[in-house]
Amino acid sequence: MGQYGIGQPVRRKEDVRLLTGKGSYTDDVNFDGQVWAAFVRSPQAHAKILSIDTAAAKAAPGVVGVFTGTDLKADGVGTLITDVEFKDLAGNEMFRPKRDFMTIDRVRFVGEMVAVVLAETQAQAKAAAELVMVDYDALPAVGSTAFAASPDSPAIWEQHGSNVGVHWENRPEAEIEAHMAKAKTRVVVDIVNNRVVPNPMEPRCAVANWADGELTIYAPTQGGRRIQQGLAKTVMNLPADKVRVISADVGGGFGIRGKLYPELGVVSWATRKIGRPVKWRGDRSETFVSDYHGRDQINHAELGLDANGRVVALKVWTIVNCGAYFAENGPRLPINGGGRIIPGVYDIENFYFSVKPVLSNTVPTDTYRGAGRPEANFLMERLMDAAADATGLARDEIRRRNVIRQDQMPYRTQMGMLIDSGDFIGNMDMAMKAADWAGFEARRAESAKRGKLRGIGLSNFVEPSGGRPTEEMRIQVTPEGKAVVYAGTHSHGQGHETVWAQLIQTFLGIPFENVSLIQGDTKIMPKEAAGTFGSRSSWMGGVGLQRSAKRIVEKGTKIAANLMQAEPEKVSFDAGVFSAGTSSVTMAEVAKASYELKNLPDGVEPGLDESYFLKRDPEEFNYPNGTHVIEVEVDPDLGKIEMLNYIAVDDCGKVLNPFIVHGQVYGGVAQGIGQAMTEMTVYDDEGQLVTGSFMDYGMPRAHHLSMIDALFNEVACKTNDLGVKGAGEAGACGAPGAFVSAVCDALKDYGIRHIDMPLTPDRVWNTIQKAKAATAA
Amino acid sequence: MENFAYHTPASVADAAKFLEAHEDAKLMSGGMTLLPTLKQRLAAPTDLIDLAKVPDIKGVCRDGDELVIGAMTTHADVHENALVRELIPGLASLAGQIGDPAVRHRGTIGGSCANADPAADYPAGTVGLGATFVTNKRKIAADDFFVGLFETALEPSEIIVGVRFPIPVWSHYQKLRHPASGYAVVGVFVAQTKAGVRVAVTGAGPSAFRISAMEEALAKDFSAKAIENIKVDAGDLNNDIHASADYRAHVVTVLAKRAVAAKG
Ligand SMILES: Cc1cc2nc3c(=O)[nH]c(=O)nc-3n(C[C@H](O)[C@H](O)[C@H](O)COP(=O)(O)OP(=O)(O)OC[C@H]3O[C@@H](n4cnc5c(N)ncnc54)[C@H](O)[C@@H]3O)c2cc1C
Repeated sequence: MGQYGIGQPVRRKEDVRLLTGKGSYTDDVNFDGQVWAAFVRSPQAHAKILSIDTAAAKAAPGVVGVFTGTDLKADGVGTLITDVEFKDLAGNEMFRPKRDFMTIDRVRFVGEMVAVVLAETQAQAKAAAELVMVDYDALPAVGSTAFAASPDSPAIWEQHGSNVGVHWENRPEAEIEAHMAKAKTRVVVDIVNNRVVPNPMEPRCAVANWADGELTIYAPTQGGRRIQQGLAKTVMNLPADKVRVISADVGGGFGIRGKLYPELGVVSWATRKIGRPVKWRGDRSETFVSDYHGRDQINHAELGLDANGRVVALKVWTIVNCGAYFAENGPRLPINGGGRIIPGVYDIENFYFSVKPVLSNTVPTDTYRGAGRPEANFLMERLMDAAADATGLARDEIRRRNVIRQDQMPYRTQMGMLIDSGDFIGNMDMAMKAADWAGFEARRAESAKRGKLRGIGLSNFVEPSGGRPTEEMRIQVTPEGKAVVYAGTHSHGQGHETVWAQLIQTFLGIPFENVSLIQGDTKIMPKEAAGTFGSRSSWMGGVGLQRSAKRIVEKGTKIAANLMQAEPEKVSFDAGVFSAGTSSVTMAEVAKASYELKNLPDGVEPGLDESYFLKRDPEEFNYPNGTHVIEVEVDPDLGKIEMLNYIAVDDCGKVLNPFIVHGQVYGGVAQGIGQAMTEMTVYDDEGQLVTGSFMDYGMPRAHHLSMIDALFNEVACKTNDLGVKGAGEAGACGAPGAFVSAVCDALKDYGIRHIDMPLTPDRVWNTIQKAKAATAA
Repeated sequence: MENFAYHTPASVADAAKFLEAHEDAKLMSGGMTLLPTLKQRLAAPTDLIDLAKVPDIKGVCRDGDELVIGAMTTHADVHENALVRELIPGLASLAGQIGDPAVRHRGTIGGSCANADPAADYPAGTVGLGATFVTNKRKIAADDFFVGLFETALEPSEIIVGVRFPIPVWSHYQKLRHPASGYAVVGVFVAQTKAGVRVAVTGAGPSAFRISAMEEALAKDFSAKAIENIKVDAGDLNNDIHASADYRAHVVTVLAKRAVAAKG
């Protein structure tokens, strides 16, 4: 398919625009007469609001209005509530607290909004926000995950009486204990899966404009349709078509940009209230205290093995800290979000799974790159390392004995997921060979001579991808023969402008450079647009485009037949040319003709413009998988880790553009290494966020990483026509397990078998000291 | 940030006059620390006095046995300067380890030292080399300059004009970067000067300090072994979520040993 077809390493078309400052981000949008919003945020983690005095702020220069949650409520603004419902085994429902867009009588986390100030300039708004006097009556706070789950913690929602939203279990534990009892070896791991602050490069921002009975709001989102519906229904009390959400260029999504945040509701309400456009530009500090956070689980797990090192049973207890409110997807992530992929790539028949989503005085958690799947895979890989130790088998051998083999596929997991394809043994072989696993001991010895401890680690993973089960894509071929894609998907870094053009060139023969992309505007995007998250676009968007293209060809065939005076059945289409016998017409000619009534056959509508509304079984996913190997060197005197080598073997099915998939792998790996090495979110016992800026919160930097060798072990997905699997989240799944395994391998002579992430120098050094002291004692 | 008046005086004297006349005025060099505090509304000076246009306080020159670095010289310039590299390579290396390229091309030696961040690198270099701060009013020995946490001996309207570094026989800087900020969790500067061995530490305590026990030991025997059992008291050191005081105390010795060993 030439230089621009499917599978070619085409350079990203969007980059020149984005890298030369020609992008169109929300902050680039300004309206004449706009006012600026600044939010008053709670400095308290948990307190009753006794009163809010806005008089001084209202009198401050440039102030147009100061509003609180009471004002929103008086105008009938509704509440936010999680999409998720679970029941315990006895049938009791999950507690689902309602969140006001702006809280009224109680604050439950540092950073929660209590008032909004609107002023002529941003500086005036921020200055006046400092004059809003809130009288708080402090209450005991719950800062840590473990404390939130303990019966001793004060309930932050008194009406529920506990911070545990529900105790969900897949089945009674006793059923699995019966199998576990037969195990020859039982291993236990306890893991803290650290909370991370997602930090897209672009902080949140919004510009809302009420005009002619319609709301238009610009904001960075991952699609916009659901935000449109949420705002229309819950905030504006309007039909959805009276609300327009526009997200042109967006500087990073990672799952957390797809949500209806309360700030969006407040500025939408405010523009109608005061009759002027309202702009809010959040800063990095607000990112830290108001963007949803990710991860934050405590896992306790037990694995039972027989005499051959085969797993006979697995039990997992997860506590997930969902913050002060259950966000849209928060409690779902460890359960039927990513979590239910446990036991990962392993064939384990007997599985008990318990999850407690807990509430605490922290920022709510929700989807973040991987959304439950990195946690699930990390847990399994730590268990496998522990099983290797307990059985005396090598780390790869214990895995080889337990992975799901290709001849078992399609394989139905205990949690009901159907893994269609994947070469899990092949992934390991390929990664270990590329990493020269066999030659490792010689390298370890060489490092030892320099006083360094070298380690190698591997991790397998599989991660159900696809997100919501519907998507709509539209292709319009213009009279000039160019193609415009109206996407339901939304590219905010993924390179769709490039990949969709490759697909169009492949399917329709329209040159790559003649394909443009329209996305992120609810007024013109397809009606059933869902958006981009959950590594879904290659499948839902790609196949949607393929089917739309098929409709274009079908219609084009009729027009071409008419032009060539041939029977439609005799017309064939290849590489942009319709042929019948010795005659042929190009797609461009057919496109032109499609807009000319005289050239249309009877019963054919003018134009060449087709959509496809793709639906799949909601329980059907694709299963990207892989093996990542990391080699590290630890400086035992400083506890400092240097990453020396990274091999990523990924099976993301058919690769549409290796250049772009490599980018996805690198980015995911960087975020996975960030979680494993540098990213530490600390709330103290009073619920104060101690790591609220880049001075204290360690984003991964280039120098933390080694070069990454990204390889593919391509196994086409069997459940979609393109054979694609997701690619966006794999790196974040593979990196943490391989990293911790490598470091523990380096430190094995101290008897260190696990260190909780992030593995900062201080933490590694302290673990070594404790291990030394234990040996000495 | 709040509005302010912006001035670019043409001389240090003019800048000083301005400072004296305006109680809430602030000097600005690279702005790398000052501007973020304004943006975060932690400070709201009425006037900013930018030293960028003052001639003669930028650049490096040799004056006999001393290297003189102007207050407005950026970290990148110190790092790349041929004289610094030749005569005090330890200092060139230190400047190259500050922050990231963008910060190194804006941040200045004067601004960094005036700010006296406990985790900044230059305090170790200036104290370690026995440098002298030259201000518009007087000279201050580096040993007397860093008084405490973000606190120097500078008077309210005193301006650093330059720093004079006695050219050492040998020097070396070792740094353990903070996992988040990149500043020094601990930085140790070791120098063999004509006046003796100096060992200066930044990052570990509220302000840069010397370790006389190490200096004495090294004067007798300049080897890593000579100091391996010398530990600073953890009780005096910083303790935070990124590094415990015990860890810092340990790292001081490790880095000091490595610095000495770098002499080969
Ligand atoms: C992202 C980032 C990373 C950094 N990493 C490091 C690091 O790793 N190590 C490190 O050491 N530093 C680091 N810094 C600090 C940086 O290197 C600068 O040295 C520091 O910000 C101050 O220098 P400046 O020239 O920008 O001073 P400014 O910000 O302009 O001023 C700082 C203070 O000094 C006062 N001042 C300025 N010049 C003078 C003068 N001539 N006389 C008297 N007072 C004066 C100002 O009034 C102000 O109070 C980092 C900074 C940033 C933003």
